Amino acid sequence: MAPVAVERGTRASRAGAAAAAVALAALLTLPLWGGAASMRQLVEIIALLVLAQMWNLLAGYAGLISIGQQAYVGLGGYTLVVLADDLGVDPFVSVALAGAVAALLALPTAALVFRFQGAYFAVGTWAVAEVYRLGVANTGALGRGTGRTLKAVFPLARETRELVTYFVAVALGVAALVGVYAFLRSRFGLGLMAVRDSASAADTLGVDVFRTQLAVYVLAAFGTGATGALVYLNLLRVSPDAAFSINWTAAAIFIVVIGGLGTLEGPVIGTAVYFTLRETLGDYGSWYMILLGALAVGAMLVYPRGLWGLVADRWDVRLFPLERRVVSRG
Amino acid sequence: MAWVDTVLQGLLLGGLYALFATGLSLIFGVMRIVNLAHGDFSILAAFGAVALVDALGWNPLLALAAVVPAMALAGWLLQRVVLNRLLGQGILPPVLVTFGLSIVIQNALLEAFSADSRRLDPGGLDTASLALGAGLAVGWFSLVTLLVAVAVLVGLQLFIGRTRLGRALRASADDPGTAALMGIDDRRLYALAMAVSLGIVAVAGIFLGVRTTFSFSSGPDRLLFAFEAVIIGGLGSLWGTLVGGCILGVAQTTGARLSPGWGILTGHLVFLAVLLLRPHGLFARPRRSD
Repeated sequence: MAPVAVERGTRASRAGAAAAAVALAALLTLPLWGGAASMRQLVEIIALLVLAQMWNLLAGYAGLISIGQQAYVGLGGYTLVVLADDLGVDPFVSVALAGAVAALLALPTAALVFRFQGAYFAVGTWAVAEVYRLGVANTGALGRGTGRTLKAVFPLARETRELVTYFVAVALGVAALVGVYAFLRSRFGLGLMAVRDSASAADTLGVDVFRTQLAVYVLAAFGTGATGALVYLNLLRVSPDAAFSINWTAAAIFIVVIGGLGTLEGPVIGTAVYFTLRETLGDYGSWYMILLGALAVGAMLVYPRGLWGLVADRWDVRLFPLERRVVSRG
Repeated sequence: MAWVDTVLQGLLLGGLYALFATGLSLIFGVMRIVNLAHGDFSILAAFGAVALVDALGWNPLLALAAVVPAMALAGWLLQRVVLNRLLGQGILPPVLVTFGLSIVIQNALLEAFSADSRRLDPGGLDTASLALGAGLAVGWFSLVTLLVAVAVLVGLQLFIGRTRLGRALRASADDPGTAALMGIDDRRLYALAMAVSLGIVAVAGIFLGVRTTFSFSSGPDRLLFAFEAVIIGGLGSLWGTLVGGCILGVAQTTGARLSPGWGILTGHLVFLAVLLLRPHGLFARPRRSD
């Protein structure tokens, strides 16, 4: 009998780690060789990527299909303005705090939406996001329907603000990707995927289904809330209709479905596709959304595992492997 | 008296919401999926009526005769060509596919009819009202809407309860595997259910267009109101849907009376309160656990 070993790393995963290191080095040195415009674009790309990865964590790994993640984008954006302008907290520190506030608000929200099962969870989260939007739009201190402007960053030089915003974005992006990867590789992540594949089977094996799903929901709210704060640190103007728009969740869903649901690589590929399409077809307005929607529907029908699933199945590669495999050393 | 009027208008509005909710409830009852494009299909139907009114000068109520069968056919095709291919893969694919369709329909309507708000004019019926005395009056059209909602619910109940096809639908909803062993073709039944669902929601969309203005982005709110009416009434209860719609309608008109910006928000809050206090709704039928 040939000797065997159980391992997780493969040649592809070592290549993946190397590629990730190169990408990170490029991102960290970008201010030295790129322009302000490319930095602004990257902030946008990173925000989309984190939104998508958080939605992927919910739907692809925890089986929680939320159509209401825009609630946390909006809450994050408004928390940033309130913390920085009204309470005098440093606006860049406020991005992390906005994530914490979103996570805190996710607890009572979960108490409501976790009463829904399956498909009704999707509509329930959407309804609750509307409650947040209408609640903010009816609050005088938050500027009602017109929203608020982030004034705390006005004293800063524009270059300084853009540079620090960029590094906050890179930090958030790295934290989100590494955090999700570490989370999924942990004992907790294993339980999570067991719940997704069969909640009752996982239950009988001692996985606490409710606590596992709640933890993921709160974690995703943290990442999404911090992203909302990052977006409005970049845009400087927050209004209820834009911040709580379903389009945030729609973008995340399209990115994940096209790139590959339930894979860590999928949202990265999907964000690249999404952004390329937007840059080339953005001028066609609604046609671009029609194309994206049709692509996502088509992907779901023809290849539900998305672009990365196509690659992974064809060549059996995992850049960021979660599963262990038995290899022969004969 | 003003408050009595507010409640009365809310109850009548509930008739319209019940029309929106019935098809959603039917589809969930039969297939356990939620059609996230449900509201957008109603707005698509309303714009279909707009096109007929603009091109041929028809009365919008006459347009019902053309739009409702067209939407039923669209529902049949949607199920046959798209959703039936996703059966047995869990709830995620149908939820995401119908969400994608929702975005596609909204943007296609924006492209075809611009972002302008539209309204359907049925030639005076929308403004005529019936005086009840004591300063109260109800619009004829609201009353007709409520009566149509009741008629649709009675019709659906007779169809599901008394006919062979209805029995097959119930069997398939309870246990698709055993139903299939008895020779029931569930794919054909699902297509029929989706046709009925979109036919009803086409009526709701055109009635909405007569009652108030609508635009390409009016769909998602309709889906949420329909969903809330279903949850308030209780899953699986057809008449609960009507009561749920009326409670939602009264909550909205009462809230709007307190402060103009609070109408829809009050409706949502009443929905959340029901969810907290009676998670299974007011009239839920006991059902097998699944």
